[in-house]
Amino acid sequence: MVTRLRVTVFPKAGVLDPQGKAIERALGGLGFAGVREVRVGKVMLVDVEESDPARARAMGEEMARRLLANTVIESFTVEIA
Amino acid sequence: MKAAICVFPGTNRERDMAIALERASGRKPLMLWHRETALPPGLDLVVLAGGFSYGDYLRCGAMAAHSPVMAAVRDFAARGGHVLGVCNGFQILTEAGLLPGALLRNASLRFLAMDCTLRVERADTPYTAHFQQGATFRATMAHGDGNYFCDPATLAELEGEGRVVFRYADENRNGSLNAIAGICSPNARVLGLMPHPENCVDPLVGGTEGLPVFTSIVESLAA
Repeated sequence: MVTRLRVTVFPKAGVLDPQGKAIERALGGLGFAGVREVRVGKVMLVDVEESDPARARAMGEEMARRLLANTVIESFTVEIA
Repeated sequence: MKAAICVFPGTNRERDMAIALERASGRKPLMLWHRETALPPGLDLVVLAGGFSYGDYLRCGAMAAHSPVMAAVRDFAARGGHVLGVCNGFQILTEAGLLPGALLRNASLRFLAMDCTLRVERADTPYTAHFQQGATFRATMAHGDGNYFCDPATLAELEGEGRVVFRYADENRNGSLNAIAGICSPNARVLGLMPHPENCVDPLVGGTEGLPVFTSIVESLAA
């Protein structure tokens, strides 16, 4: 059975996110008031042949640590989608 | 000096790098395709050239860092081998864990293609012996992700151990921490830098200010 993992990767707090800043300013330019902060990350959907949710999630976390995220600058979460 | 340049899909500065290495050493470097699993015997230097390996998919250098040839490069570095990474090559070295930190998107969000001035912070590495300590020279930058970042402990370690080899001396255009342009490993044999010294090795094409990087390494390896 295939389990779908949703891996979400974001720049860590304190790491400059210039894309987020640019979008924040653009939203202000469009007249959206009160936008405090925008952070840009990515979402990856990974289908794995593993029916056990705990094992599937552990696999996703290992994938994130080794490739999907750069833990020097990014944090990640892995969920069953 | 026996040198090899790793070529990944999307690497595009390997020929300029080969010209620079040949000009300094009199010997053509080998080209190593990313699928190679072993390095040729007797190699002195591995170079990771600039470009957009794997189309910068996921993160700049992330895919290349896990390609077959990089496992061999990692072993080579662990045995004390010399590895030079320029631009995308520097990004690959950080993604591969051979150098600390990461290269973020330029703070301005702009791709920067222009000359810059570098200061040589250490003239006692294999790559900088032909420069004067503290000297400045013109180099060329061409990158979208050259904003050097690391955590405060790593930064203190790099600065404390004198592992910042090059710093931007004119303007810190990409937003790098402490204007860092290039760093080295503790044994100074693995060097990564964002600007391109190989662009400045020919008096007919842009000057020769970058040539000492290559003559230094040739002499260090001959010694």
